[in-house]
Amino acid sequence: MVEHGDIRVVHRGGSKINFREPVLSHDSRLLLCASGECVKVFSSSTEECVHDLQGHTDLVTGVLLNPSNHLQAYSCSADGTVRLWDFTDGILIKTLVVGFPIYSLYASAHHNGVLFIVISMASDKRSELFQLAALHLPQSGDQLVEAREFSSVLGDVSSNPAAIAFGQGGEYIASAKGLHLEVYFFKKQKSYRFSLKEDNKKGAKNTFTCLSCHPKDDCIATGHEDGKIRLWRNFNHKREYTYSTLHWHHSAVSSVRFTPEGTNLLSGGVESVLVQWRYNQETQKDFLPRLGAAITHIAVSPDGELFCTAHSDNKLTVIQSCVKVSAVIQGLVKGESVRTDLMVDPRSKALVLNGKPGHLQFYSLQRDKQLYNLDIVQQEYIHESGLQQFEVVKAAFDTRGNWLATVEERKQKDSTLELNLKLWAYDEQTQSFVLNTTVSGPHEARITAMCFCHTADSQTTMLVSASQDGHFKAWQLAEAAQTEDEGPFWSCDFVGAYHSLVPECCCFSADGSLLAISFQEVVTVWSPASWELLTTLSQPPGAIRDLCFGRQSCSKYLLGTTAKNLLCCWNLLTCTLEWSTSMDVSLLLSDPLSENMAAFCSHAGCTDLFVFKPSEPRPLFSHKAICSGKVTRAVFAPREEMLESCEESSQWLNRSQLYFLTQYMDLMTFITKAEEDRLMASSKRLVIDDSVAVTPFYLLLGKHRQQQQEKQDRSFSAERNQLPQGSVAIKELLHTPAHVLPSASFLCSMFVRSLLISVTDSREEKKSEEEEMESDKEEESECEMEASTMGQGQTAEAQETAAPALTKAQARELRRVKKLDHSWLSSLLDS
Amino acid sequence: MGEFKVHRVRFFDYMPSAIRAMAFNSRTERLALSRADGALEVFNFADSYFQEKVIPGQDGRAVEALCWVRGRLFSAGLNGEITEYDLENLRPKYTMEAYGGPVWTICSNSQGTHLAIGCEDGTVKIFEVLEETIRFQRNLDRQKGRIISLSWHPSGALIAAGMMDMIKVFNAESGHATHRLLVERGVGASKSREVVVWSVAFLSDHTIISGDSAGKVQVWDGVTGTLVRTHLVTKWDVLALSVSRDESSLLAGTSEGTVVQFQFISSTVDQHDKEWVRTRTFKNHTHDVRALAHTDTAVVSGGMDTQLVVRPLLEKVEKNTQESALRKIAFPHRSLVSCGKKAGMLLFQFHGHLELWRLGESDGHGKPGDSLPVKRKPEKLIQLKRKGDDHICCSALSPCGGWLAYSTISSVRLYRLQYNGSNISITKVAKLPKVLRSAHQLCFSSDSSKLFASTTHSSVIIIALSQSECKYLHTLRPKSGTRQPVHLMSASEDGKWLATANSDCEIHVYSLHKLKLHCTVPVYSSCPTAMAIHPTTSNLVMVHADQQIFEYSLVQKEYTEWSRKLQKQGLHHLWLARDTPITHLTFNPRNPAHIIMHDTYMFCIIDQNLPLPDQKTLFYNQMTLRSLPEPERTSHSHSFKICKTFQHLLCVSLLEDHSLVVVERPLLDIASQLPAPVRQKKFAT
Repeated sequence: MVEHGDIRVVHRGGSKINFREPVLSHDSRLLLCASGECVKVFSSSTEECVHDLQGHTDLVTGVLLNPSNHLQAYSCSADGTVRLWDFTDGILIKTLVVGFPIYSLYASAHHNGVLFIVISMASDKRSELFQLAALHLPQSGDQLVEAREFSSVLGDVSSNPAAIAFGQGGEYIASAKGLHLEVYFFKKQKSYRFSLKEDNKKGAKNTFTCLSCHPKDDCIATGHEDGKIRLWRNFNHKREYTYSTLHWHHSAVSSVRFTPEGTNLLSGGVESVLVQWRYNQETQKDFLPRLGAAITHIAVSPDGELFCTAHSDNKLTVIQSCVKVSAVIQGLVKGESVRTDLMVDPRSKALVLNGKPGHLQFYSLQRDKQLYNLDIVQQEYIHESGLQQFEVVKAAFDTRGNWLATVEERKQKDSTLELNLKLWAYDEQTQSFVLNTTVSGPHEARITAMCFCHTADSQTTMLVSASQDGHFKAWQLAEAAQTEDEGPFWSCDFVGAYHSLVPECCCFSADGSLLAISFQEVVTVWSPASWELLTTLSQPPGAIRDLCFGRQSCSKYLLGTTAKNLLCCWNLLTCTLEWSTSMDVSLLLSDPLSENMAAFCSHAGCTDLFVFKPSEPRPLFSHKAICSGKVTRAVFAPREEMLESCEESSQWLNRSQLYFLTQYMDLMTFITKAEEDRLMASSKRLVIDDSVAVTPFYLLLGKHRQQQQEKQDRSFSAERNQLPQGSVAIKELLHTPAHVLPSASFLCSMFVRSLLISVTDSREEKKSEEEEMESDKEEESECEMEASTMGQGQTAEAQETAAPALTKAQARELRRVKKLDHSWLSSLLDS
Repeated sequence: MGEFKVHRVRFFDYMPSAIRAMAFNSRTERLALSRADGALEVFNFADSYFQEKVIPGQDGRAVEALCWVRGRLFSAGLNGEITEYDLENLRPKYTMEAYGGPVWTICSNSQGTHLAIGCEDGTVKIFEVLEETIRFQRNLDRQKGRIISLSWHPSGALIAAGMMDMIKVFNAESGHATHRLLVERGVGASKSREVVVWSVAFLSDHTIISGDSAGKVQVWDGVTGTLVRTHLVTKWDVLALSVSRDESSLLAGTSEGTVVQFQFISSTVDQHDKEWVRTRTFKNHTHDVRALAHTDTAVVSGGMDTQLVVRPLLEKVEKNTQESALRKIAFPHRSLVSCGKKAGMLLFQFHGHLELWRLGESDGHGKPGDSLPVKRKPEKLIQLKRKGDDHICCSALSPCGGWLAYSTISSVRLYRLQYNGSNISITKVAKLPKVLRSAHQLCFSSDSSKLFASTTHSSVIIIALSQSECKYLHTLRPKSGTRQPVHLMSASEDGKWLATANSDCEIHVYSLHKLKLHCTVPVYSSCPTAMAIHPTTSNLVMVHADQQIFEYSLVQKEYTEWSRKLQKQGLHHLWLARDTPITHLTFNPRNPAHIIMHDTYMFCIIDQNLPLPDQKTLFYNQMTLRSLPEPERTSHSHSFKICKTFQHLLCVSLLEDHSLVVVERPLLDIASQLPAPVRQKKFAT
């Protein structure tokens, strides 16, 4: 057996972006959200992913802006680390190793040097009890720091991050769990606990679901299971506390949030309506309806300009404060189950599966972005519980992606099954699939399997569908006979049956010359050219569960799994059983680009993976316990560029990547050590001292100051502050007319590059001086070059200045400079 | 428990009238309440919210506002009169014409020296409160438009008056208006309608709070006359406001039937600048909340749906006590039904008339729980309209069904009834003794030969009845010298004893043979709500407002052994937690150990032979007991046998033929006769 030390199961692509509350940056231009094992940074205006913050090795469980520096963000993860990022550039600044899985993260601007984390109560990781602990940030400047100094603040808190919030001025922290609200005052070190009755006479449930504290007043808004919102006041008294109730939501409120000024309260729930309540005038409220799916989180930007809601269909909606949707970021839609298989569209290489009800979604795994939705059912979806509607249950692509076959069905309790087979042709002009043929009622009973013929060269394509009614049908594209204006359409070519048994699986061989169909325990092999039953293969006992032809060099093999935990391999040349082994295979899958096959075996509540070649006795790769539960959906997705891994155990990942869905609908994949290292290397790491703010002037002038310093050192000049007009570059900048200058970003990139090269140890000594200068620059608060030159003369005035905070305009400018910088750099390198 | 044939009577169309005004006297803990028919009720909040006194109404008298001045009760109405009430004789003491058109409001200053009334003609009139009467002092500056609401500043120097579209602040000394606060009209269609300031409250920090017909509760600064905050509470009207004594909490009653609480709390924990914040909403009414009172521990509200609701503020009371339960007082705490036990007749008392019904008959037999076929339907024999303007305050039907008497505050009338199975004739007894001018309670002796009528100072007049004439016999007077009226009277079956109970909680027992006071039962702190004398043992059984039960032996003049045992062991806590008082009590002649009593939601038979219930045992009612297996049932049996089959009971009585009469008045029937409430949008409609 091959060990799997260097291959890891990871969340990569298609992860939940609605797992935790998204975070809007201080200037509302960037949107951060936890997505699998990374933090994604989206642009809130263009909806594009700017970059991923990669580094965590387990699910990211919380993202938070650094309250003392708004250009940085903390993230926490179940891997037991808290990481500090420069999210505009995607740089990992610091890693704090806590050592316990962290479930959520809180911070307040009034608690310097302390982070609040939710961890398990006991050291046992499976414990259901959680506590809120204060984590004291170590003062060390190292990049990787052990943070072991923490103290418990509140015991027995909810693991739901929405149930804890800081109050006005960081004076207290409120936590809700079950039917209790607890408020802990930091000054008095005293906590007050308030309880609600379990339910009232009408059966409404009072359980707390979320809370939010007013930023200025002592008021806590709590959301409840029954759709009520309570506004708690006077909670520094044991008995005299009071609350008022707002009721609009008809079922559980999943998120409440005060706006930063405290003038409005936002709430959302299953209704997929964002409700905006006026604080202290709760009878006035605004609604933003039809957001598409239930709201799970609400975030507000620090300036109150933008709201962001996360939805249960893995979607983020960016909403302007005038209650208007401005952007939608759609992740991979995952319902409760995927009825169709996971497929890869041969044209776009996108992952195809059920999306919105009645739709197929095309999801690009490389770009981690939903490409488009294809409406299959083409009927209005009615939101009503218990109503049965048409669902897409099967879909298949032909080899070149010209044709797509879909099956939709509706089964109501007493009525008969309604089935539709639809065939979609790819239209080059519109770049999408167009409905070609609808076959209503292609079979009498549910369709069990459907596949296209794999031949790449033949002109005619063939579709085979097998059904529970005991027949399998071959469908072929036929030319329109009567009228010329109609194009070709699909019609039934052949109906086959075998001893009135129910066909379960069907599979074409790689060259399309053979069709294998399993009828319970019997595998029949047909010739699609003549529809002649060539042979039957039987391996009693147990019904066949999966059938798969070998590929490439192994195309003579046919593999099947049975319900009696047997994996069999037949040699089609001799029509005999080549080998068989006993394992409970839940899913058998062949890689279309190699001869490898993957078998997912469920074993003791977990799933093991074996990758093997049918011709070889030894598996290429095996991985025990890739996830808990059964894996029923997986797909080999072809890589865009081949990996060049020479290790034997990871060679099977060279051409394609294996994705699978766990029972909790998480899309997971495998990653090699080498690939991971490469990804890590591509993401930048940089340590910039916290206390020095990075301003455009700092970057611009750093190099020249360096040069000046060197010059001064050499000439032993007594005059410390030499005006930078002497510098060539600045002269060049200032004396050239603006209209003949190259764009500012171009110049900037040169400065930055030179700066990066010239960083030396002597920089530390110059720091204070630079700071003084910067502070002057801040006062000017203009980004013009003139100001920077004039500022030089005044630096002596200010002696002691702390690290200056950037104004908003400056921060924006800085980011713009930096962003442009990269594009210019790359273009320069290319040319 | 025994089996009874039950007459389930549902033809008593008793309709309480809407609550119009309320005033709470926190010193005596009495709540005065006025209804739309002009009746006044006084509840004693210290004594389990017992309805202590009822002053019957009068045609043409609509009490619009009530006001306590120390222990004196004043009212003002749209008939333009101010009335002070004699709470000892349960009648108006005097009325005084205000000469300002209909009076909308009356309000006293906190010193209790002056009364201010607001009139239709726009004047605020100040009356001085004197020892025996009130005297007009002066008018404040006359305004255009009526004065709807008034509130004195606690110092007594300023008065805020709510009018149409504005609030005016008067200097009570000079009589001049110092501020004019304009109240904004509603939006939309109601923009053209002028807004009515239904209620104002003037707080000691010179804050004025107003509630108006546009649904706003507004907080004003009374010093500068500026608007501080507007709370839009409802789409309809805010009809009533009430401020707690410490001015930290405010209630607003709306047309939607909700009561909204505002609290004066600081917005942040450390700071002291407080503001009025809307907090809780209580919805206990289906119709307009017309009247509100904020006691120290509870919200008291009443309105068009005729119920008085006492909603305790849970932070002010101990949890799970009698005080912490929500109380809805829907029925009067006294009997409106009298039963002719021998004749099978029922007399129903309405405020304007009396109805005499004969019960139906059935000869069927059935299993317990079956309804029997009716052979003869119940029949309304007489509907007797009262004479004069005054409403009926009490009535009685003799056990034989031959006599009927009723009283208003001005007269007593006695009628002779003759009924032979098909025809009924009624004749008024013309000459009544002069001493019988009015009665608080009327009662016939069991052999229908005597009529007892209680009058002033708890005295009882005995009148002998015969076919030819009726004759004054004697007046019984208690020795205690009490001035309070009698509210309960009960004559023994054997004609020996008569027991009376008055609002001072005294119970006097008179010997009818000797025509003198026999004994006075030791005074208990709570008012008796029902009492009866046992026909064979001559024990007096009393139930008090706090649900305590006593049995007093008239022969030995001491509490009986059973009563002592009951007091020693204590009553079950679930019994003590019942929120309506026992209003009627009778005995089962077949089993002398049985006492039958009822309140609004149940009737109960107490078997004195069985052991008393243990505090820890569950207080099973008969329905659940029946479902238990036989051996367990006996182990759970105790002396309190409760039946909840019949609800909203007005009377439970035992007839001569041992059939039980149960008079029900379902609250749903009352609700269905109310006018339609304001339209409200309900979710999913």
